[in-house]
This record gives sequence, C-alpha cells and structure tokens, in this order.
Amino acid sequence: MGDRKKILDVKGLKTTFFTDDGQIPAVDNVDFHIREGEVLGIVGESGCGKSVTSLSIMGLVPSPPGKITGGEILFQDKDLTRLPEKKMREIRGNDIAMIFQEPMTSLNPLFTIGDQLREAIKIHKRDWSKKQINDRAVEMMRLVGLPRAEDLMKEYPHQLSGGMRQRVMIAMALLCDPKVLIADEPTTALDVTIQAQILTLIKNLNEKLNTAVLLITHDLGVVAETCERVIVMYAGKVVEEGPVETIFKDPQHPYTRGLLQSVPDMRFKKDRLYSIPGNVPKPGTIHTGCKFAPRCEFAFDRCINENPDLYQTADNHKTRCFLFDPKEATAHDRTAIKS
Amino acid sequence: MLNYIGRRIFQLIPVLLGMTFIVFLIIRAIPGDPAQVILGQQASEEAIKALRTTLGLDNPWYIQYFEYLKGLLTGDLGESLRTRTPVADEVWPYLAATIELSVFAIVIAVIIGINAGIISAWFQNSWFDYLAMIIALIGVSMPIFWLGLMNQWIFSIELGVLPTTGRENVRDPVDVITHFYLIDTLIQGNFAQFSIVFKHLILPGTALATIPMAIIARMTRSSMLEVMRSDYVRTARSKGLKMFWVVYKHALKNAIIPVLTIIGLQMGLLLGGAILTETIFGWPGIGRYIYEAIGFRDYPVIQSGILIVAFIFVMINLLVDMLYGLIDPRIKYD
Ligand SMILES: Nc1ncnc2c1ncn2[C@@H]1O[C@H](COP(=O)(O)OP(=O)(O)O)[C@@H](O)[C@H]1O
Ligand SMILES: [Mg+2]
Repeated sequence: MGDRKKILDVKGLKTTFFTDDGQIPAVDNVDFHIREGEVLGIVGESGCGKSVTSLSIMGLVPSPPGKITGGEILFQDKDLTRLPEKKMREIRGNDIAMIFQEPMTSLNPLFTIGDQLREAIKIHKRDWSKKQINDRAVEMMRLVGLPRAEDLMKEYPHQLSGGMRQRVMIAMALLCDPKVLIADEPTTALDVTIQAQILTLIKNLNEKLNTAVLLITHDLGVVAETCERVIVMYAGKVVEEGPVETIFKDPQHPYTRGLLQSVPDMRFKKDRLYSIPGNVPKPGTIHTGCKFAPRCEFAFDRCINENPDLYQTADNHKTRCFLFDPKEATAHDRTAIKS
Repeated sequence: MLNYIGRRIFQLIPVLLGMTFIVFLIIRAIPGDPAQVILGQQASEEAIKALRTTLGLDNPWYIQYFEYLKGLLTGDLGESLRTRTPVADEVWPYLAATIELSVFAIVIAVIIGINAGIISAWFQNSWFDYLAMIIALIGVSMPIFWLGLMNQWIFSIELGVLPTTGRENVRDPVDVITHFYLIDTLIQGNFAQFSIVFKHLILPGTALATIPMAIIARMTRSSMLEVMRSDYVRTARSKGLKMFWVVYKHALKNAIIPVLTIIGLQMGLLLGGAILTETIFGWPGIGRYIYEAIGFRDYPVIQSGILIVAFIFVMINLLVDMLYGLIDPRIKYD
C-alpha cells in the first residue's frame, strides 16, 4: 500500500478568511497526501476546516473573503495554488471532482438531470459526439445504481429523492474519470439506510474505477467502514494521522479518543453516548498553545504555552500532542490515556 | 395549462367590469358637457339639447352605463362623440404608436438593466458595481419630464442630432401597414425612413426606459447575489465550467424569476407613464388619444381607451405568470 504513487500532496496549506472581525486561519498549516486509488478520510467536528481544505484543493474557496495564504497543493507535478484559473478549470471536474454535503440543493433546479450530466462531459470532451456524450451519461447513471437511467435524464432534480440526487452527483463527478474524488460529507444530509448505500457505492466505485477518494466526514463510523487511512483535524490543524485500524485500536490524541467515544458503535459498549466537553474554538481567536488544551482532560502547563508538533509515534502514525513528544515521555504517564 | 389560462381570464372579468364602472362615474363627475364642447360656446340651447338626445346623453347614467356594457359584451367599444367613428376603428394607430414606444423602452430597460445587474453582482464591490448602482439610484429618483426636457434640450436643440417630437418626418410620412413604423419601413425596405423613425424613438424611449432600467438593474443585482451563493452554482463551477456560463446560464436562469415580476409591473407602468412622455414628445399614442378625449368630454373614448390599457396590463401579468412555468419546472398550473 505504501508504495503506490502519491497523487495529491498537500504541504503546509494555509487558507485564511479576511473578515471584518479579523483574519480567520480556517486551514492552518495542513499536510497530507493521497495515494493512487486510496480512500483517505478526514474527520473532525463541524467548523474545523474540512470543507475549506477541500475547496482549497478545488480552487473554489469563496473569494473574497477567503484566500490561500501559504503552502502548496501538488497534483501531477503542478502546484494547484499557483495555477492560473484557466488551467485550474481544466482540472476541475476532469482530474479532480467533488461532491457536496447537500444533495437537495447541489443540482440546479431548472435544468434536467440529463442537461447537467451532459454539460459536465462537454466541458472537458469537446470532440465527443452528442451520442457519445449521452451514452456516457446513461452508462454512468447505471454504474451508480440509478434505475430507469434514460427516463431520469429527462427529469428535474425535484422529482428525485435525496439519495437519488446524491447518486446523480456521484455520477456527474465520475463522468470524466477523475484521478481524485473529493466527497465532502456526502451522506450527512441523508437518512441512515441511504447513508450506508451511498458509502458502499463510493467504496465499490473506488475499487472498480481505482479513483482515489478524499472522504470528509464528522463521523468516525463512516471512516471505519470506508477508509484505509484517516487524518483527524481540529481547529484548522491535523492532530492525528494513521491507518484506520491503528486509529481505532490505538487512538493517541485526546481529541481522537473523544471522537471515538462519541461514536454510537457496538464495539464500544456504553450506556450513554459520550460527547467531548466544550466547543470548537471560534477560529481567529488569539490563542497560544495547543488549541485543544481548553477541552483536554490531560492538559498540563506546556500545552497552554507551546504549540505541539506532529510527532511520529509509529511507522505511519503521527500525533500532535505533547504526551507523545519523545522528550516528554517520562514526565507524564502516557498509560493514563489508554485506560 | 389551457384550463388555467381560461380560469385566469374568467377571473379578470369582474376586475375589468369594476374598473369600467369607476371610470364611468369619474369622467361624468368632471364638469362640462360633450354637446356643449362639440358645438362651441355660441351654440343655442335647442341645438345642444338636440345633440344630447342624438348622443343618448339625456338618459339617466345607469341606462347609459348599461348600454355601454351591452355594447362591450358584443365587442363594441362605443363610438366617439366627436368624430362619430367607432372607437374600435380609430384606436389602433394610437395604440400601435404606444406599443412601439413601450416595447422599445422596455427592450432597452431589460437589456441594459439585466446586464448591469448581472455584472454588478458578478464583480460585487468593484468600481463598475458602485458606478452602476449610483446611476440606478439617480435613475429611480429622476423625474421623467425633467429628463425628457433635458434630453430634448441637449440632443435636439443644442446638438441637433435627434428630432424633438413626433414619430416621423411629417414631410415624408410612412406608408402605414401595421402602424408599427419600424416594422412598416422594414417591410418596405425603406432603410432611410427606418433610420428616421428609429431616431424619433430614441429620446422618448430612453426617457421612458430610465426608471424601469434602474429598477430592473437593482432587482437583478440582489437576486443574482443571492443565487451566486447557492450550492448549485458551486457545483457548476466544480465541473470546470467557465465563469461566464456559470453566471449567464446557471445563475441567471434562477435569478431572473423575481426580475420577471418586476418587468411585468414596469411594462404596465410604462403604458401609464406614456401619457406624460407622449405629451412632452408629441407622440401620437393612446395616452394622447385619451388625454385629448378628456378635453372634449368624449366619454366612450375615455372609457374604452382606459379599458384597453387596463386589459393590456392584466394580459402582460398573465403572460409573466405563464413564463414562470416555462422557466421553473417546479411550478404546476392546475
Ligand atoms: N465564507 C466564509 N467566510 C468566513 N469564514 C469562513 C467562510 N467559510 C468558512 N469559514 C471559516 O472556516 C471555518 C471552517 O469551516 P469549514 O471548513 O466549512 O468547516 P467544516 O469542517 O465543518 O467543513 C469556519 O469555522 C469559519 O469560521
Ligand atoms: Mg463542511
């Protein structure tokens, strides 16, 4: 797994919103990469910068007020943060495609499903014939499990259920065989049975088409079922990174542990659902030290005064927590956190 | 759909009926007697009396109203007291003049207003946005007659590039076919005359277009700003679509719906506002026709003239309602 080529490499990404209330570093020095055909999960509570990360990759950060202020996003030897808009358009929907959280409002209500699918092909395949384009759209609709594909092409979004619309969105994203599919909370707005179907679909398509998937969610349960590797974000920063099994068996960062405890899962037998005390800090609040410290039951003086690095704790496991700073090992009882 | 149109038109009958009644009463409340006006100050009592009888003016008002309604039901708009010609026969040239002017004005207002609104929203807070919105603000608060007179002064009197009044060169009148002069001159392939007719349209047309243009620009801008933030616009961009098409295809089609309502209402107001513009620019339209009829106390002309304008107004609004359905598949008429 480790030897597959890195297809997308995000290095030190910083995306800032310049608002009337000051600068908000919504994404703050984020590093991660996706390998070919891999499913990478990004988890974190809402407001921690997941969507802004994905919009930064797409070059779609609402601007003004947002702007990428640092770092690079390497894709096929190109730095997307420096690409002119015209070149970026050739990548959007073609090499990197995205689906969104709100299937109900993500399709244009005034155009037929067919129009919107065909358009996505036409933009990038200018030499295709009408028939080729139409056949491709129908083929993709079948692939994502939509029944009566030909009829649906003539229908409007409001005639479809939320689950069907999300399938249409997935079909639309995959029309041009993208190398990377970014799915920003694709199941959050759907009900539970549909959620499972959509996740299975994404997983199957990933295997069948070998499209790398960046799956964004606030739900670790979703990650467990779908991803190989996961990064945990908190307040614009990556706080833990590792393979899914490792993160579930040996969560290190107190925030990750909190998230795991709040997953309603049979593996963690509890009477009541746990939730992490406190809230995500409002981005932009001036703050020294670890941003999670105010909510952390293990915080000690260093956490309040210094910023932790991302410490390598195993081969492919990293944690941004002083408890895992090799220099700190003796001073604090790391086993306390394991109990 | 046909069912819906039928029902809407049926619902209009009481509205138009009520309107004829109010107009009927109001114009009879204006002091003055048509027979007196027609025959002049020197006319004898007997002559006036005789004329009143011929014109049916000595009947009680409710009989007169009833007679008028009975006529309307058979499609008879009455007869001018002054010219003794059926209104239906003489109204068309005036109506066509007004329609030509109004359509010209609304086309200008829509093309410029919508595009200014779109570009302002697209480049929100740019110099274009500020400039366009300042002009629009001035536009809505501009008194039309003042603008009209200023334009006349600048463009015809000072610069001498555009005619001051009228629809055509009186020494070289247009051979009428439809009474829409732009169309008539085109059909005849008379481009010199077409250009003259077009020049006559510019000053009254722009004066009439100013307020609707400003209102349409502001409405389009706010509607576009809202739509541009929507998820489907983001989806369109995420496909790699050019911003121009994102704006003019995906966003505009959604943003235009509330603007259409405004356009419909403005077209109605345009017909009403035409009276003022037609007076300033000597435009031989329906406004002038009615205005002159008031001077002669020509009751049938006033009544039917206003009825025609009102009818056009409600039909435009019906048309706008139908357009919603064409644009938005979620709207069902039943
Ligand atoms: N358009 C915007 N204007 C200002 N701030 C924004 C905007 N979009 C996002 N942010 C800031 O970025 C933070 C992260 O947002 P987001 O990435 O959407 O979180 P999530 O992890 O829930 O997807 C938000 O808390 C907000 O403060
Ligand atoms: Mg989000």
